[in-house]
Amino acid sequence: MSVIPQELSYTKEHEWVAGLDDGLTVTVGVTAYAAEQLGDVVYVQVPEVGETVAAGDAIGEVESTKSVSDIYSPVAGEIVETNQAVVDDPSLINSDPYGEGWLFRIRIEGDPEDLLSAEEYGALTSGES
Amino acid sequence: MSRSTPLREVHERLGATLTDFAGWLMPLRYGSESAEHAAVRTAAGLFDLSHMGEIYLTGPKAGEALDYALVGHISALEPGRARYTMICAPDGGIVDDLIVYRLANEKFMVVANASNRETVARELIERCPDAVVEDRSDQCALVAVQGPRSQEILAALTDADLPGLKYYAGLPGVVAGHEALIARTGYTGEDGFELFVDAAAAVPLWQALTEAGEPYGLRPAGLSARDTLRLEAGMPLYGNELTAETTPFDAGLGRVVKFDKPGDFVGRQALEKRRAVEESSRRLVGLVSRGRRVPRHGYHVVKDGAVIGEVTSGAPSPTLGRPIAMAYVSAAALADGTGEGLAVDIRGNHEPVDLVDLPFYRRTK
Repeated sequence: MSVIPQELSYTKEHEWVAGLDDGLTVTVGVTAYAAEQLGDVVYVQVPEVGETVAAGDAIGEVESTKSVSDIYSPVAGEIVETNQAVVDDPSLINSDPYGEGWLFRIRIEGDPEDLLSAEEYGALTSGES
Repeated sequence: MSRSTPLREVHERLGATLTDFAGWLMPLRYGSESAEHAAVRTAAGLFDLSHMGEIYLTGPKAGEALDYALVGHISALEPGRARYTMICAPDGGIVDDLIVYRLANEKFMVVANASNRETVARELIERCPDAVVEDRSDQCALVAVQGPRSQEILAALTDADLPGLKYYAGLPGVVAGHEALIARTGYTGEDGFELFVDAAAAVPLWQALTEAGEPYGLRPAGLSARDTLRLEAGMPLYGNELTAETTPFDAGLGRVVKFDKPGDFVGRQALEKRRAVEESSRRLVGLVSRGRRVPRHGYHVVKDGAVIGEVTSGAPSPTLGRPIAMAYVSAAALADGTGEGLAVDIRGNHEPVDLVDLPFYRRTK
């Protein structure tokens, strides 16, 4: 079983969202479960800082040896920061998906919806694996 | 419901990610596939290939029967030697690529891809009425040790003359107490051995190899590493580079077709006709991406905005550090020989690629 930190929120597309509590800026990454399914990540494309995104937009890519997956924006807002370290070294997604492997930060506009709790996400992934 | 090899529980204990491959539940990777790939290039990797098909042909006319059934000149093989060859349909399309071992004067073993095993067995029965054809795939397990340290590892477990065993040769021997056909063959671009044993010997043999290989850096390797290893080595994969719609000439492997062997063979007429056309109309080429996005199976190769070909296999190359691909490309579009202006359409973006000679990787002997 992969790690699912309690304090984070999740999407059905296997992304985690941190910092929802203050309601201003959230940090987004892919979950340990997703990283395990992907295998060694070799390429990450993150959105541009300043880009305005809607919840559910495909705004990036994660590519591994065997597959390529879109990254979706979990919330609506503006991209305020991206992680250059993970672009330079995509293996951070495998080694530290909830830490150094973070992808981007979004300043939220409006109310985020449809995010999953750690329990709900755990149920989702135990059904899939 | 996928079939399992005798080693499935071993893979599960090792924490492998299992995947369905050609109807078999096979290890995709045990941990990091890049690390598995690197182990095979620098030390050694251990593979379960028990999904492959082993079909035996016996009888005084078995060699001639295979000359008719396959495109190669099999009756000319010396006992103990092996040959890479193909079985083609009457229209010249590839049914499968094979390795044939001459185990004795009147005994041959045909190794087929898992996905084609039933078809190949059926075709051999039909095409070889003068030989006894027996599909022994279910009784046979296949374990491969691949990489520069393979011989040292195997030498710890057998008295067989490994230094005397040539590339594409097979030698009956005893490995860790189990009778085996020891073959110096592989699909990784490295030196290595494939060990054909009774299914019941698979688990103890795997364990003995794991222990013997430990001091040499041997690690189990899955299908993901196997695919990047064979791609770097420029080796074709059935279903990607080789299909029922392609001939050996398409794939640049026309040398396997022995028109000068005595007698007729299935596909001869069609292949004679298609040879001239196909050798001049399209080519299987190597491409290296300048960027980091990966050209994958089915993506279009473009030049000046026009589609001129299609990627058959693509992956990030751990050895080169960039994405690589094999692709069928129109020969006319390559007429200037430079490959200038080539790109691959990666989900809507034309990413520049360089044309390179195959293979991408060649080991230093």
